[in-house]
Amino acid sequence: MALRQCAIYGKGGIGKSTTTQNLVAGLAEAGNKIMIVGCDPKADSTRLILHAKAQDTIMSLAADAGSVEDLELEDVLKAGYAGIKCVESGGPEPGVGCAGRGVITAINFLEEEGAYEEDLDFVFYDVLGDVVCGGFAMPIRQNKAQEIYIVVSGEMMAMYAANNICKGIVKYANSGSVRLAGLICNSRNTDREDELISALAAKLGSQMIHFIPRDNVVQRAEIRRMTVIEYDPAAKQADEYRNLAQKIIHNKNLVVPTPLTMDELEELMMEFGMLDEEDESIIGKTAAEERKVIQIAAAAGA
Amino acid sequence: MSALTRAEAEGLIQDVLEVYPEEARKDRKKHLMVNDPAIEQSKKCITSNRKSLPGVMTARGCAYAGSKGVVWGPVKDMIHLSHGPVGCGQYSRAGRRNYYVGYTGVNTFGTMNFTSDFQEKDVVFGGDKKLAKIFAEMEMLFPLSKGITVQSECPVGLIGDDIDAVTQKGSATLGKPVVPVRCEGFRGVSQSLGHHIANDTIRDHILEKGLDDDFVSSPYDVAIIGDYNIGGDAWSSRILLEEMGLRVVAQWSGDGTLSEIKRTPKVKLNLLHCYRSMNYISRHMEAKFGIPWLEYNFFGPTKIAESLRAIASRFDDRIKEGAERVIASYQPMVDALNAKYVPRLQGKKVMLYVGGLRPRHVIGAYEDLGMEVVGTGYEFGHNDDYDRTIQEMGDATLIYDDVTEFELERFVAKIKPDLIGAGIKEKYVYQKMGIPFRQMHSWDYSGPYHGYDGYAIFARDIDMTVNNPCWKNMQAPWKKELP
Repeated sequence: MALRQCAIYGKGGIGKSTTTQNLVAGLAEAGNKIMIVGCDPKADSTRLILHAKAQDTIMSLAADAGSVEDLELEDVLKAGYAGIKCVESGGPEPGVGCAGRGVITAINFLEEEGAYEEDLDFVFYDVLGDVVCGGFAMPIRQNKAQEIYIVVSGEMMAMYAANNICKGIVKYANSGSVRLAGLICNSRNTDREDELISALAAKLGSQMIHFIPRDNVVQRAEIRRMTVIEYDPAAKQADEYRNLAQKIIHNKNLVVPTPLTMDELEELMMEFGMLDEEDESIIGKTAAEERKVIQIAAAAGA
Repeated sequence: MSALTRAEAEGLIQDVLEVYPEEARKDRKKHLMVNDPAIEQSKKCITSNRKSLPGVMTARGCAYAGSKGVVWGPVKDMIHLSHGPVGCGQYSRAGRRNYYVGYTGVNTFGTMNFTSDFQEKDVVFGGDKKLAKIFAEMEMLFPLSKGITVQSECPVGLIGDDIDAVTQKGSATLGKPVVPVRCEGFRGVSQSLGHHIANDTIRDHILEKGLDDDFVSSPYDVAIIGDYNIGGDAWSSRILLEEMGLRVVAQWSGDGTLSEIKRTPKVKLNLLHCYRSMNYISRHMEAKFGIPWLEYNFFGPTKIAESLRAIASRFDDRIKEGAERVIASYQPMVDALNAKYVPRLQGKKVMLYVGGLRPRHVIGAYEDLGMEVVGTGYEFGHNDDYDRTIQEMGDATLIYDDVTEFELERFVAKIKPDLIGAGIKEKYVYQKMGIPFRQMHSWDYSGPYHGYDGYAIFARDIDMTVNNPCWKNMQAPWKKELP
């Protein structure tokens, strides 16, 4: 099987890293050879696979060694559960330096060192929150990830973020082969969540590839720095991730997304009762002004 | 007499603009004009200090060049750290020929390259920790340095390094000024912004932090502002001022020092040569310390005499007499020079394209040699520069702002000047065309050109360039027509 490279994007805190690692565990269990590339300075993309707090990152090892040229592949690649290879790009603490450059440097290093030439079926990039700058778009530039999965929930801001990420994908889809492969709904138990995300996916020209219900076993496994599949293989949630893994293996639905305009997105949210019809008369009005209007109305009524 | 009639000059500009796409033509049209000395305000006929067009070749530099290369770099007893990757510092190293006296590496540092040599890890993790370490190392290796400036290169601005915090701490630790200069190359449209930023940092981090209280001033104290001592220019200027009875207590910044900067707010008059790069600090000293400033021009005997008299008029009779005495004492030398060179150069036409003050200031020196400047322009001038230029240039001469390589080549092809004065970027192009050329940024590794002594060297250089026999032998023998 040819190497498939997938990137996971989504709003910060939506559960990208957890979903990625559980999903990858499912793929590995099914006999696939996989590498996870964490593209986030927090370096928490591989902890469940490695049972580690945080893996030594390419950038921190490079800083210690002098430069990235001084590193060898085996210094940065660690094997974890089911032989999954793990690597973290790393980056600065918040507020200094350039995290985006860290991602670029790290991925270039992996390419030059031949990390992709090994016998791999899948590479998964777990990328920080939003595509804030060119560095975080590195995984979706030419010859990198071709399939993008967006983790989303039925919350308004998560959907905004998903739509914005699609705009980024369109940009790179025009110059390369990157495609949207589907939305993964990581449920927050909001109303009609599966319908809403299916509807959003349809508007984006894509699919909701899987709906992952909420289950506390994910947190229990996480406390033990494990994936659900490793911690409790018999759990119902483990089957959800296995299911998602199978769907990804067989996924042929790769599209250039059609991002929604702000109006369209808000319309969709109104349709599902997440957003009220906009009342233009209240825009820019202070509380004091509103009280005055009410008083006048009351006086007129009297 | 211009090389062209007004109609021809206007036609030439039209021809040049013709090749551009419409948008570019509209933009470049505003930067080219045919001179009319009667015009008082240049803004009616030329636009300047705008972004260069993509796709054309511009000779401009960057904000870092304006700060590190021009304003701060020559302050010889401070260390100027090029903060960022190694190239900016190394390629700008000692290239400007700002002469100075001192023991390099001991108490002066002008021709050395100090850089933080950014690597990938510094970009990713930030350069602030490295910067703090560099300050300590500098202090250990060069304890006689009087201070440090941090000249920001582009990556520092891109990653948002907080150099202000590190320099503030460094300054407190070292007990010396450590000046953060945010002159990242991508800022502004040319080196001009770098001059301004550097001027502002001198104001905020040196003058505002305390002056030289021990300095005892005299009624005849002046400072030379905006002379970078290229090839020794400031030295051949200061002797004239001293001979007329003034005391030059500071040179900004060629062969200058930190203590000279700190005593300048006590002078009686600031003498401003390069208006473009140091008008900002001159205006500040006028507003804050009440020190008047006077522009002067020490290129060629006519302008020198005019300037010496204008400077003297700000002082008492002793200085006025001194000025006359100086002018008279050099007159025989000037007469001898002119007797020798004017016959060899009379009527020759010159085109200039330089920066700073030179596109207007050197006109008089050429005219003293009997030559005529038929075209001039600034790389990074503003409209106050052009206001001052219009009066110096003849009617129907060409004035071009941020001229593109293509435009200048076309102008030259049509006007066929006897000499071009521009920079290293232009030099070999025109020499290969067989046109005599002098670099007017670096004096072509000669100089000084300021003052009477400088005029002697200037006259010799121009003669040996224009009348060099090599220009007659430019055509390959096999291309010559057979007799």
